[in-house]
Amino acid sequence: MDAKVIKEEQIGRSVPRMEGAAKVTGRAEYIHNIRLPGVLHGKMFRSRIAHGRIVSIDTSAARAVAGVHSVVTGEDIQRLIAEPYYGPAFHDQPVLALHKVRYVGEPVAVVLATDPHVAEYAAGLITAQYEELPAVFNEVEAATSPIHVHDELKPAITFPDLKHLKGKRGTNIALDYKLRRGDVEAQFASAAHVFEHEFHTQHIMHTPFEPFVALAEPMDDSITIHTSTQMPAYVRLEIARLLGWPENKVKVRTAWLGGGFGAKVYVKIEPMVVALALLARRPVKMSLTMEEQFYVIGKHATTFRIKSAVTADGRISARKCEVFWNGGAYADIGPRVSQKSGFTSTGPYRIEHAQIDSAEIYTNLPPAGAFRGFGIPQLVWAYESHTDIIARALNIDPLEFRRRNILREGDEHPTGTAMRDAEFEEVLVRISARMGWDQPFDRGTGTKRRGRGIAIGVKASIAPTTSFALVNVSADGSAVLFCNTIDMGQGSNTSMAQLVAQVLGTSSERVRVTQADTDVTPFDMGTLGSRSMFHMGHAVRLAAEHAREQLEALCAETGIEYQDEHSIAQAFRKKFGMQAGNIFGVGHYTSRYQPADHDTGMSKEITPFWMIGGTGIELEVDTETGHVTILRMVNVVDAGRAVNPRVVDTQISGAALMQMGATLSEEMVFNEGELTNPSLAFYKIPGMRDMPVAIENEALEAETRSGPFGAKGVGESGTFGVSPAIANAIDDAIGVRLYSLPLTPEAIYRGICAARGEPLVD
Amino acid sequence: MSKVALTVNGKPVEVEVEHRTLLSTVLREALGLTGTHIGCDTSQCGACTVHLDGRVVKSCTVLAVQVQGQSVKTIEGLAPSFDASGARLHPVQQAFSECHALQCGFCTPGMIMAVTGLLQDHPQPDDQQIIHGLEGNLCRCTGYVNIIKAVKQAAQMMQA
Repeated sequence: MDAKVIKEEQIGRSVPRMEGAAKVTGRAEYIHNIRLPGVLHGKMFRSRIAHGRIVSIDTSAARAVAGVHSVVTGEDIQRLIAEPYYGPAFHDQPVLALHKVRYVGEPVAVVLATDPHVAEYAAGLITAQYEELPAVFNEVEAATSPIHVHDELKPAITFPDLKHLKGKRGTNIALDYKLRRGDVEAQFASAAHVFEHEFHTQHIMHTPFEPFVALAEPMDDSITIHTSTQMPAYVRLEIARLLGWPENKVKVRTAWLGGGFGAKVYVKIEPMVVALALLARRPVKMSLTMEEQFYVIGKHATTFRIKSAVTADGRISARKCEVFWNGGAYADIGPRVSQKSGFTSTGPYRIEHAQIDSAEIYTNLPPAGAFRGFGIPQLVWAYESHTDIIARALNIDPLEFRRRNILREGDEHPTGTAMRDAEFEEVLVRISARMGWDQPFDRGTGTKRRGRGIAIGVKASIAPTTSFALVNVSADGSAVLFCNTIDMGQGSNTSMAQLVAQVLGTSSERVRVTQADTDVTPFDMGTLGSRSMFHMGHAVRLAAEHAREQLEALCAETGIEYQDEHSIAQAFRKKFGMQAGNIFGVGHYTSRYQPADHDTGMSKEITPFWMIGGTGIELEVDTETGHVTILRMVNVVDAGRAVNPRVVDTQISGAALMQMGATLSEEMVFNEGELTNPSLAFYKIPGMRDMPVAIENEALEAETRSGPFGAKGVGESGTFGVSPAIANAIDDAIGVRLYSLPLTPEAIYRGICAARGEPLVD
Repeated sequence: MSKVALTVNGKPVEVEVEHRTLLSTVLREALGLTGTHIGCDTSQCGACTVHLDGRVVKSCTVLAVQVQGQSVKTIEGLAPSFDASGARLHPVQQAFSECHALQCGFCTPGMIMAVTGLLQDHPQPDDQQIIHGLEGNLCRCTGYVNIIKAVKQAAQMMQA
């Protein structure tokens, strides 16, 4: 082997994606493609009402259809699992509705048939009688409503800060994170300026192009689950808990994921396919359609009331944040979203007096959970719109106002955690430099008005979490990494291989990474919240270091100098007399975390690393139609040291464009709890025609000293600044301020009409 | 049920289908050509794009009984001599791989089939022609930037 290749630094190398050839030839494996002999296909019958008691379910017509194997209801599930309720934060979600339905689209029964078309047809023949109950949809109303989605709260044991909610009745509040620092009211009473606004975000959906799909294959005394999940280890834990089985009887495996974006975290349809397969004693596959995905999980709609006190010299002295998260009918991971994001509701600013109330609230809508940013984009939307309004009102340049208040290295965040390796100001500097912020700007003429805006956001990572990794070096010196980090498109397999190669002193191309299979790949909390490069990165580094120690010892024992794969192969041959044997390196990592104080909500250590992303926007508004053309989008992130710069760059573009869709067009539109647009025909995600005229990305040259080789996560940072930067630029262009997403042409045109005193009727 | 004879990736095949069966279903289920993906069911995403008698179509919008006697090319037929070394990729496939014009890869086969069609009509497309040619193919991951780069690189490779 070429010694130059071996000695090459693997970190910072744009290694081509390892699965590139498989994906461009259509040969990459997805769970979607798996076919098993004897498989039954399941199709669901769903609730058409938002809230009600189930009086009866008539499945007779469905059962009579030729080719139907069986029809299963919640009561059938209960014969197998006495307490068939799942969920990471609350054990609140039934495998199939039991006694009550809580949202339109909730699964009530499943038809099993060998032909999926037969199952679908038969599911359409099922009817149900309900005693309808009043429903509540709005998060602010639900916070105090006499209508309760659940009679009693049932927190899972996983999260200590939810324990106090056990058995609580008469509430829809599923988490109430509070921060109390200083005295905000005294500041509001005495401040030179006080600003108060309310912002809203809408329900949206991840729409991975490979919709949820899972197969369960019952074996003699175990079960294999083939599923498109971001969290195989958690799926195994939760299925084992539901069945009362040991973990080792549940095998969970994945293939390439056709997108995830947070939709496929924790468990989704896996409990259902497992229960169906065990009842039918046959393999069962469920592949949801794009339409059905909208009923599984989405992103929280929010209401954010924000109030700031500002000194005469333009410094934010106090900020009060009240955030209502519309969690839908089942908590999923929503309470984590509202707490972990809640921490940073005040934004990336030095604020001495802060108060946060961040509440996860049950409503009669489809569940909301994790979605690229874990709640942060909703918060940044509000606090960066608010920040811009303040700057403009005080006649301070928005960039200057931010720089005056931005957190700097060593500063204490309002939660009490110090800022480390968090390049906020540099992100602002780079965005403004790229945009030529201090240069004259063409503001357009006539009905085409131009404006520009910036915004910056911060995220605390999810902690504490644990990752394990295993590196297996074969006798020819090649290595396989066993790790449960799921490559759903973010390029993690390639990047993790680079870490192994860096430690072993080999080339990344010679390292293979297995697909997750819980029989062999060790535990990992899951692939979410941009945690993998940091947490799994450390575990992989440690596993590779452990392997290298043993390899060096083997070389020393056999009298061979450790250099490269060839020397490793020689050492193995010398030791075992032939090409034989393995060396296993193992490593694990748990991030440090200090739980928030119960009374103050403060903690010295809320996150192992800070994620920072900012966006600058130049746009043109057509004042006759409200249409916006994004002329230029500048995305700058602090990603620490980029392990694979091209992978990082694609993550930034992808995140930013996704958030652009959430800003300009995407919205799940409900009518009395019924979703009116569950398909890509009526739910508009960005196409190529919607791209900004120009888009540029920059990952700062930075270093995360606590990260593996200086790296940290970057999957979400590109989303943070997009929505408020666009709203700020619209305000800059036409003097119209919008407080609710999405910023559709209609919303903008209504704003234009209202601003000239001729508001349109609804 | 009807019998349909067609050519798929250069080979004659005969399938028996229900009248409602879509071409995409035949390709995936009857012929095992799973590189053609189903994303949205409503003909928006384009993950199922193939060539029908040399023209780009979304195979979920075509009934199998419509393609009697016609010729279909899928992603598997684009580089039939592809081997593990990756040496014989079609230039569009090679460009997509090299330019990181993919992430999850689910839209990729359809996107590549659409690009090869686009390059037949416009061997050296400008940005507007690329956007017009690919507006029927959605990608949820990449933000499209690298896809446009890959189209341009493929055009150059094919010109050379």
